Amino acid sequence: MLDLAIVGGGPAGLSAGLYATRGGLKNVVMFEKGMPGGQITSSSEIENYPGSAQVLSGLDFMAPWSEQCMRFGLKHVMDEVTRISKNSDGTFTLSLAGGKSEEAKSVVVCTGSTPKRAEFEGEAEFFGKGISTCATCDGFFYKNKEVVALGGGDTALEEALYLSHICSKVYLVHRRDSFRASPSTVERVKNNPKIELVLNVSVKKAYGDKMGLNGIIVVDKEGKERDIAVPGVFVFVGMNVNNGILKQQDGTFLCDMDENGNVIVDLSMKTSVAGLFAAGDLRTKASKQVVCAAGDGATAGIQALEYVNHHA
Amino acid sequence: MGKYLELNASNFDSTVAEGVALVDFWAPWCGPCRMIAPVIDELAGDFDGKAKICKVNTDEEQDVAIKYGIRSIPTILFFKNGELVDQMIGASSKQVLADKINSLL
Repeated sequence: MLDLAIVGGGPAGLSAGLYATRGGLKNVVMFEKGMPGGQITSSSEIENYPGSAQVLSGLDFMAPWSEQCMRFGLKHVMDEVTRISKNSDGTFTLSLAGGKSEEAKSVVVCTGSTPKRAEFEGEAEFFGKGISTCATCDGFFYKNKEVVALGGGDTALEEALYLSHICSKVYLVHRRDSFRASPSTVERVKNNPKIELVLNVSVKKAYGDKMGLNGIIVVDKEGKERDIAVPGVFVFVGMNVNNGILKQQDGTFLCDMDENGNVIVDLSMKTSVAGLFAAGDLRTKASKQVVCAAGDGATAGIQALEYVNHHA
Repeated sequence: MGKYLELNASNFDSTVAEGVALVDFWAPWCGPCRMIAPVIDELAGDFDGKAKICKVNTDEEQDVAIKYGIRSIPTILFFKNGELVDQMIGASSKQVLADKINSLL
């Protein structure tokens, strides 16, 4: 029986593990299917983590976290958790891919979110064959070629800027004429001679051949079409929350969720189920920032420690 | 404990020609690739003598990446006796990759 199971190895999961183990919990396992670090490891840069003045890639930024967070005995298991359920004695069962399972007195869920698809015709067909959601991973394959960045938020604009260093031209395609991204980023994009803004359009379809994507057709509000012939399209249209492991066999969720599928927590990261905590992007009203996820994780770790010591 | 095989333009074809091979196309700057690196290491141990677990550094072996139409990493290709039989794009779990290899053995 584990004292605490942490599901997810991003900033929230690592911080929860650090605080729980440093606080004295002995048997704490973080389930993460590969190397810890989370979603931020796909970002080209992080410049808003307080105390870290040097601008680093997400990968370099997260590298020391694992080492530090494992220092007090946090164990990392590379199994994938498929479901969390509550037992009649108040403990939890974590079902693992491959049929095994693990029992725990308390659980911190911090499975984060994954990039959303834009849902246009041909997107699924050419995903990985020209359509990507990771500029730092795949920008390299479009060196000195033209690409599209799709979206209007911080991620879309920051990654468009990143791509402009590698590619000959970046079409920033957005369905409105204003951006949700921070004003300083919008300014940098507008002043970048390699970025062309293609605004007030939606993507009608992607086209290509056996070798992969050859371009997209966009359509404006009057119905006028434009063919943008590019081998690469990067989609940054938001995130889907990874709440699947909380779904029970009968289709209901283990704990209360909000209308967007995020876990409802209080200020202590407690869910509606005793002993179950949620932290990071998965929880309701998350700011979806590394520093916030880390703060949530620390809170959840402290609360799990308190729960195991006094209730479990 | 087995170690994964590092493939390049000169040893790629001969390595995948016989038996079952998993080939992970990756690069050092790719977060999801680094994420699955320990999984590939473990698979190399688990399937030692049964299947070939291989990696291609797309930064160094661009010709190989182009030959297989790699435009997104990680991309994992599965070969049986030299024939490309399946592929997975993105970071998959160890269980999913192991199941795939077992289904080809």
